Amino acid sequence: MKARISCAMLAAALLCATGCKREQRVFDPGSSQDQIANANAQNEIHAGVQWAPGPPSSPSGARYDESAYAVAEGKRLFQAFNCVGCHQYGGGGIGPALMDAQWIYGSHPAEIYADIVQGRPNGMPSFSGKIPDYQVWELVAYVRSLSGQLRADVAPARSDHMPVTKAEQARPKEHPSDETQQKRQP
Amino acid sequence: MITTKVATETQLTEEELRKALQLERIWQEPRGFVGWFKAVHHTTIGMRYVVTAFIFFLLAGLLAGAMRLQLAFPEAHFLSNDKYNQFFTMHGSTMMFLFAVPMMFEALSVYLVPLMVGTRNIAFPRLNAYSYYLYVFGGIMFYVAFLCNTGADRGWFAYVPLSGPDYGVGKRADFWAQLITFTEVSALAVAVEIIVTVFRLRAPGMSLNRIPIFVWGQVIVAFMVIFALPGVVLSSTMLLLDRTCGTQFFNPSVGGDVLLYQHLFWWFGHPEVYLIFIPGTAVVSTIVTTFSRRHIFGYLVLVLSLVSTGFIAFGLWVHHMFATGIPQIAESYFTGASMMIAIPTGVQIFCWIATMATGKVVLRTPMWWAIGFFFVFVMGGLTGMFLASVPTDLQVHDTYFVVAHFHYVLIGGAVFPLFGAIFYWFPKVTGRMLSEPLGQLSFWLFFIGFNVTFFPMHLVGLRGMPRRVYTYEPGMGWTLLNQIESSGYILLFLSVSILLWNVYRSLRRGRIAGPNPWHAGTLEWATTSPPPHYNFLHLPTVNGREALWDAAPNQPVVVGLSEDSRQILTTRSLDAEPDGREELPSPSIWPFLAALATTAAFIGSIFTPWGITIGSVPVAITMIGWFWPKKQAADRRRAREIWQND
Amino acid sequence: MMILAVPGFPGNQTSLNPVGPGASHIEFEFSLIFWITCAVYCIVLLGLVIAVARRRHSLETIPEPLATNEPTERLTRRSVTAAVAVTVVLLFIMLIGSFQTGRALGDMNQEDALPIEIYGHQWWWEVRYPNNEAYKIVETANEIHVPVGVPIRFSGTSRDVIHSFWAPNVSGKRDLLPGYKAEFVWQVDQPGRWRGQCAEYCGLQHAHMSFEIVAETKEQFAEWLSNQAKSSVQPSTPQATRGQQVFMTHACVLCHSIRGTSAGSRNGPDLTHLASRATIAAGTLPDTVGNLGGWILNAQSIKPGCRMPPNQLSGSELQDLLAYLETLK
Repeated sequence: MKARISCAMLAAALLCATGCKREQRVFDPGSSQDQIANANAQNEIHAGVQWAPGPPSSPSGARYDESAYAVAEGKRLFQAFNCVGCHQYGGGGIGPALMDAQWIYGSHPAEIYADIVQGRPNGMPSFSGKIPDYQVWELVAYVRSLSGQLRADVAPARSDHMPVTKAEQARPKEHPSDETQQKRQP
Repeated sequence: MITTKVATETQLTEEELRKALQLERIWQEPRGFVGWFKAVHHTTIGMRYVVTAFIFFLLAGLLAGAMRLQLAFPEAHFLSNDKYNQFFTMHGSTMMFLFAVPMMFEALSVYLVPLMVGTRNIAFPRLNAYSYYLYVFGGIMFYVAFLCNTGADRGWFAYVPLSGPDYGVGKRADFWAQLITFTEVSALAVAVEIIVTVFRLRAPGMSLNRIPIFVWGQVIVAFMVIFALPGVVLSSTMLLLDRTCGTQFFNPSVGGDVLLYQHLFWWFGHPEVYLIFIPGTAVVSTIVTTFSRRHIFGYLVLVLSLVSTGFIAFGLWVHHMFATGIPQIAESYFTGASMMIAIPTGVQIFCWIATMATGKVVLRTPMWWAIGFFFVFVMGGLTGMFLASVPTDLQVHDTYFVVAHFHYVLIGGAVFPLFGAIFYWFPKVTGRMLSEPLGQLSFWLFFIGFNVTFFPMHLVGLRGMPRRVYTYEPGMGWTLLNQIESSGYILLFLSVSILLWNVYRSLRRGRIAGPNPWHAGTLEWATTSPPPHYNFLHLPTVNGREALWDAAPNQPVVVGLSEDSRQILTTRSLDAEPDGREELPSPSIWPFLAALATTAAFIGSIFTPWGITIGSVPVAITMIGWFWPKKQAADRRRAREIWQND
Repeated sequence: MMILAVPGFPGNQTSLNPVGPGASHIEFEFSLIFWITCAVYCIVLLGLVIAVARRRHSLETIPEPLATNEPTERLTRRSVTAAVAVTVVLLFIMLIGSFQTGRALGDMNQEDALPIEIYGHQWWWEVRYPNNEAYKIVETANEIHVPVGVPIRFSGTSRDVIHSFWAPNVSGKRDLLPGYKAEFVWQVDQPGRWRGQCAEYCGLQHAHMSFEIVAETKEQFAEWLSNQAKSSVQPSTPQATRGQQVFMTHACVLCHSIRGTSAGSRNGPDLTHLASRATIAAGTLPDTVGNLGGWILNAQSIKPGCRMPPNQLSGSELQDLLAYLETLK
C-alpha cells in the first residue's frame, strides 16, 4: 500500500518535473544572457572531436530545448529576423534546408549557435553584436525542432499561417550523421 | 393497513423492524477501502459530489483572494503577469466547470431527486458512480497541472487564436480543453440519470402536476445539459485537434474562423449560466414554500417559466459577442431574446414574493439566504439589461461592470441558494441541526462582504477598467475602488470560515434533527435523518403537490416489491401509475476502473494523438466488465417473467 | 452622472464622459436603462421587505401549513399579472430605446469620413493613415490624431490574436479579429487626449496595451499629418549621428523602421516620429528621455513578456542613441 502511494507520488513528481521545465517562461534572463551574442565569447568551438558542451540552461534551469516558451520565441524570431527569407519554413531555398539530416557545419546546438553568431559563407549573415545571447539560443532550439529533434510536447504546434508542411511537433526525427558522436557527450 | 408515515425507530412495529433490517442488508453500501470505490447509492455519490464541489469552491476562492491582493495596489508585484493569468483562468474555470454545475445540478439532484420522487435509488447507479469519478479525476488533473506551472492561462473560455496552437504555448490550453471533456461527460451522464429517474421512477400519484418544483427545475436543467454541452464538446475538441493534430478549424489564413469557436462556445456558455441559476431558483422555491408555510403560489406558471427559461436560454448566446462586428440586425434578435428572458424570471420573483405575502414567514437561516438571493440576484439581473442592449454593451463588455454583473447573478443566483440549501438540508443529510446564531452571522458577513467586494466593480468598470488585467496604472482613478473590493474579500473569507466551523461543530454537537425539523412537505422529509440506504421503509404514494402536507389520513404505501433484491417500482411518465418493476445493480468496482481507463485515455490524448486510440482498449475492457450480465439477476428476472405468465 | 462625483476620477477613459456622438447616444441609452432598472429594483425589493415584515411569524415553533383561500388567491393572481404586465412594458421601452440607439450609431456612417486603419499587435497598436498618393501615407503607433467634428471611418484587423479597440469617451468597443476586417465610424467633438485600452484578453501584456485619441482642430490635424508623412530628419549633431549609428548597428534595426534610413523592419512600431508622441510602450510610460532610456535598456522590467528584448549598451552609446531618438520629431 505504502509502496503504491510512493510510486504514485514519484510518477506525479516526474510529471511535475517535466511539466515545470516545459512551461517555464523567463522574460528577463539576466545580465549574463543579455549579453550581445559574440563570436569570440565563452563557447570554444573546435573542428574535430572535442565538442563544446550542450546548450546552456536559461537561468530558470530548464534547457532551452526543454522549454516550450523558449522554442516558441525562437519560432517568432525565426520569422521576425527573416530567417524564413532564405531558409523558408525549413525547406531551404537560397539557404540550405534545416529540416533534413544534412548539416554542413554540424547539428550540435553549439555549432548552430556558432553558425548564427559568426555567419557562414554563401550568405549566412552574422548576428554577432546584434541580438542577445538568449535569443540566439532560442533560435537554436527552434532550428533543431525543424528536423524533429525536440520532444513532441515542447516543439511548436502548427502556426496560424498557411500551412506548408507538418507542424514541428509532428515531424519525424531526422538523424544527422554526427548524431552518434553527440550522444557520447553528457 | 400500512400508511405513509415517517419511519422512526420508536414507532416501528416488529414487522417493520424485520423489513428494515432486510432492506438494509440488501441495499447496504460495501465497507472497507476497496468497498469505498464500489459505492452506487445516490446519497453516497451525492455527498461525494457535494464535498468535492465545495472543496473546489474553496480552492477557487483562495485563488480569488490572491487576485484581489494583486489588484489592491497599482503596478503591484505580488503575482507576476504569467501567474495572474493562470490564477484568473483557474479561478473562472474551477468555479464554472468544477463547482457551479457539479454542485448546483449534479450534487443537489443526485442526492435529492430520488428522495423527492420517492424511490430507492437513482436510475443507472453505476453510471452515476462513473460520472463522479470522471469529475474528480478531471479536477485533480487540472490542479496537478496547475501545480506544475501548467495551469490554464487563456481565460475560462480560452478564445482562439490566443489559446490556439500558435499563441497558446505549451500544454496549458490542452489541459483546459481536456478538463471540459471530463466534466462534460460527467454532466451528460447525470443528466440522463435525472431525466429517467424523474420520468420513470416517481411515486404513484405523483403526476406531472404534482412534481415538486425542485425536481422540475433539475429535470429542465438535465434537458438543457443534453442540448448545450455538445457546443463546448465541439469547440474544445476542435481546439485540441488544432493544437495536437494540425487541423485548421480556427486558422483564418486557410479558411478557418475564429468566430466559429466563439459561437460554439457560447452556444454552451449561455445555457451554462442557466444550468447554474435554475437549480438556484429550484432551491429558492423549496425554501420559500417551507418557510412561508403554504403551497407555492402559481405552481403552473412557475413550471412554465422554468421551461420557457430553458428554451429561451438557447437563443441568447450572441450577446457575448456583440463587439465582434456581427451585423446589426442579427444582434438585435439577441437583444430581444436577452430582454425577453427577464419575463419568466420576473414571473418567478413575483410568485415568490406573493407566496411570502400570503403565507406566514418563518425567518430561519435558510430563509435569510433566500431573502439575500432576492437582493443580490435581482440587482444582477437588472445590470444584465445594460448588457442585453447592444450599444451599452459595447461600452461595458469586457470591463469590470460585467465582472460585477455575473458575480451578482451567479453568487446571488447560485451561492446564496446553495448556502440556504446547506442550512435547509444539513439536518436531513446528517441528522443534526446547524447552529442558527452562527448561521445568521455567516449570512450577514457574506451579504455585506459580497456587496463591499462586488458593488464597486460596477463603478470601476464604468470608469474604464478592463477585465483580465494583472495590474493597472496609478492615476486612472481605480485604486481606491480596487482597495475597497479587496478588503471586502476578508469578510467573505471570514463568512465561509464560520460556515465551515458551523458544519464541523454541528456534525459533533448539533441538535438532533429528527425526520422533519422544518415541517416541510416534500418526500425527502418522510424518512429518517440521515436516510437509510433503502431511502424509505415504505415507498410512499402521493396525494398532492406537497406530499406530506397533502397526504390523506390513510395515504397508502407501495407493497409487493421483492425485499430480497434491489427492486424498485417504475411508473408511467404522465400520471405515475405503476407499470412495472426494475432491478437496480449492486455495488460494483467497474465504474471506478472504467473511469481510470477513461482518464488515462483522455490525459494521454493531450500528449499524443494516439492517446485515444490506444486508450480505448482499456476503456473497452472495463466497459465489458461493467456490462457483463450477472447470472443471479438474470435468473431472478426469468423467474419473475415465468411467474407473471402463469 | 453622479458616479463621476466619486473622488479621484479624472474623467478619461470612461463612457460617462462622452466627447462624441457615439458615446453620447450610448450614454442616453445607459441613463434610460439605469433609471428604469433603479426604479424596478427599489419597488421589487420594497415589496419583498414589506411582505416579509408584515407576514413574519414571530413565535419559535413552526406553524402548520396554511390552507389557501380563493379570494386571496384571486387578488394575488391579479397583482402578479399586473406586475408582469408592467415588466413587459418596461422591457419594451428599453428594447425600443436600444434599437433607436443602435440605429443612431449606424446612421453615423458617412461617405466623406476620414479613413484610418488600425492593426492590433501583441501588445501595441499599429496606426495607418492611407492615402492615394504613396508619399503621403502615414504610419505610426499608439497615438491616433483626429480632427474634431469629422467622422472617422476606422477599419482594422489583428495581426495575431483578438484585440478590442476601445476608447469609451468616444464610442463603444470593436473587436479586431484575425481574418476579419472591422469597419466602424467614430467622431470626436471635443478636443483633448482621450485614452483607450485593449478590451479583449490578448496575452501577457493585455494590461499595458493602451492608446490615445488626440482630437485637435482641423488645422492642427493637417499640420500633424503632413509632418508625420515626412521622412525622418537627418542627424545634425555629432552625438545624434553617433546615435543613429548605434541604432543601425544594434538590434533596433531588426524590428523598427525609421523612414529616411535603411531601417525598414515592420516587426515593431514605426519610430520615424517617435519624439512627437506623448507616450511609449503603448501608453505605459510618458515619452521622456529617462523613460525611453529605461525602456531601451530593459523593456522586460517594465512590460515583462513583451516583444522588446533587453539591450546592453554602454552609457555613452545610450546617451548618443537617446539624443538621436529625441530628434525624431
